[in-house]
Amino acid sequence: MSAPADAVTATPTTAAGPTAAGPTERRRVLVTGLGTFWGGRVAQALEDDPNVEVIVGLDTTEPTVELERTEYVRVDANYSILSRIVKATEVDTIIHTFLAVDPTQMSTRAMHEVNVIGTMNLFAAASAPASTVRNVIVKSSTMVYGCAPEDPVWFTEDTPRSRPSKAPIERSLEAVEGYVRDFAEDNPHVNVALLRFSNVIGSELETPLTRLLSLPVVPSMFGYDPRFQFVHEHDVIRSILFAFDHDLPGVFNVAGDGLLPWSEVAALCGKRTIALPPWGTSLLTSPFRTLGIADVPDEYHGLLKYGRGVDNSRLKRFGFRYEYTSSEAIEGFIRSSRLRRTVGDSEPKYKYERDVEQFFRHSPAVHRD
Amino acid sequence: MPPSPKRSVSRARTTPERQRARAAVEAARTGTNTTTATAELPAADVTLHDEVGTDLVPLGRGHDPDVLDDRRLSDVNEWGRSEHMREIARRLYDPIYRHWFRAEWEGLEHIPTDGGALLVANHAGAIPSDAPVIMHGIETELERPVYGLADNLFRTLPMIGTLWNRLGGLPAHPDNAYRLLREQHQLVLVFPEGSKGPAKTYDERYQLRRFGRGGFVEIAMRAGVPVIPIAVVGAEESMPTLFRIPSVAKALGLPYVPLTANMLVAGPAGIVTYFPAKFKMKVLEPVHFDVPPGQERYSRSRVMDESEAIRDHIQGALYEMLQVRRSVWFG
Repeated sequence: MSAPADAVTATPTTAAGPTAAGPTERRRVLVTGLGTFWGGRVAQALEDDPNVEVIVGLDTTEPTVELERTEYVRVDANYSILSRIVKATEVDTIIHTFLAVDPTQMSTRAMHEVNVIGTMNLFAAASAPASTVRNVIVKSSTMVYGCAPEDPVWFTEDTPRSRPSKAPIERSLEAVEGYVRDFAEDNPHVNVALLRFSNVIGSELETPLTRLLSLPVVPSMFGYDPRFQFVHEHDVIRSILFAFDHDLPGVFNVAGDGLLPWSEVAALCGKRTIALPPWGTSLLTSPFRTLGIADVPDEYHGLLKYGRGVDNSRLKRFGFRYEYTSSEAIEGFIRSSRLRRTVGDSEPKYKYERDVEQFFRHSPAVHRD
Repeated sequence: MPPSPKRSVSRARTTPERQRARAAVEAARTGTNTTTATAELPAADVTLHDEVGTDLVPLGRGHDPDVLDDRRLSDVNEWGRSEHMREIARRLYDPIYRHWFRAEWEGLEHIPTDGGALLVANHAGAIPSDAPVIMHGIETELERPVYGLADNLFRTLPMIGTLWNRLGGLPAHPDNAYRLLREQHQLVLVFPEGSKGPAKTYDERYQLRRFGRGGFVEIAMRAGVPVIPIAVVGAEESMPTLFRIPSVAKALGLPYVPLTANMLVAGPAGIVTYFPAKFKMKVLEPVHFDVPPGQERYSRSRVMDESEAIRDHIQGALYEMLQVRRSVWFG
């Protein structure tokens, strides 16, 4: 693991290229995973930026947030037509957010397709001979550090993981980071930023952990009370935009300050914990998963025993300021879950309709500034 | 970065602001490329202070950047240590420390009252009794916390692992030691013999094992803190191992399984009962390394020499202390 950090960090800064020319040059951005929370929110923020000329968003599903000038292109999961899109749109920046980090939402095979094959195709397109790509920002997860008793309390970007990964999600993210590293080595003129996000929490995003915290009683491991770190979804989007604005080079952990014991996280949410046996946990949890009552993914059993902390000082050193600490991030989640408890799940305010979007974007009848 | 309003995605949009921010990042970037990781640390401190100074004051944050002014329900810190739990443990352990082991210190003035230092001691007893005695002693005498680094084995045990962690125990990982010593200026206790110390049988008592691979010296050099050797007499006799049972140890996946004299005397209760051996601790002269901190690597030969010298120093002190010891039980 030390290799990826070193290799990517070693990437020289963009000496030439559209971005280095200064802020007067307007940027053309490709966002993958437009239909996800991450991609949609990033595209939304980029639309407000006068320095961004073109935003192209890719996904297999339609966007869930209202976008004014982002061009949405529906693609298959592994982005086989990507090189044509990159060539035709002449984008200079790729923001790669279409990476599955939640093992419960898709099969291992689908995850492999999205993460590994998708990233492979993305970088194949970005490194094509006439490619105009000068900046790449990739979303990864601190899951790549794994979770083992020999772990340090804080992982820095250079700390190697303690044990080889067994979980498919970790393996696929490692493969993704391998592609990122290779790409950064082969294309020294491209600025590559790899952001490793800790447990994301907030008012919108649903993750395995937020689902656990939404249960009537929160599962924990008997006799273990590991410390957890969280990052607020707001800081997540801000960090991606920060990486975009400043052409950050290298690998960065993105996580809020502070670690909290899992029991305290549950208590903050006003929940009791229920202890799972530390051995043979899967035997107990799998029927619940099958019945759809509660899902404690196998990948999180280790986390519920040992937790994971990552050192966020590198990103801070580059000038990023977190607006939320770990516990403030949880507070945001609690507020929204209280609201949901009272008013129920809010209806999605926005529904993508292709013809309407096309009309507003391209019809000569629409007056555009 | 201009102070951005809380809870809204706002960024530097005007050109001069962007250029300034870009220049700042550029400076940070060249910093990372030319200097080593720790050479940047002062810069990181500055950033933290800026943060406290400008943005976060309206939120009522304290001025110590290490202490987060969060809404918390417990006092478990980022290392898992809880001062509250520690206080309870101190109250329960104090009679044992004072009346059972009758611990006595010599040279306690060598331990600084502030600033980081790596405490290094000999390790003995089937279930080592030296770690709690040293930690309790320093915390009560000097009123500053001690973090004990130990085998990851503890962390894997339900209940015990959590308790151990709340009482200031941490897995022995160089990163943990470095952050505690260099960035948080804490006292860290390590036993360089590792499990080889407590695993030895009674006939090998006070014969120091190999001091690992000298990792503790390297950490102290990198963190720029002194090593403070401590010689402990008494732990060996508090729970002497008569012989080891390797087959059981292998089956259980433990580093060693001892049969102790305590078990012979007290039966199953002997697993957790110590003999009232008299404890004497001698804090030796701090060892300062005259090397620049923060380097990735240090001369292997220098590290091994220093490690060996510290080992010899503790061994010598132990022999001296044993020469004047009249009785195992009364000192």
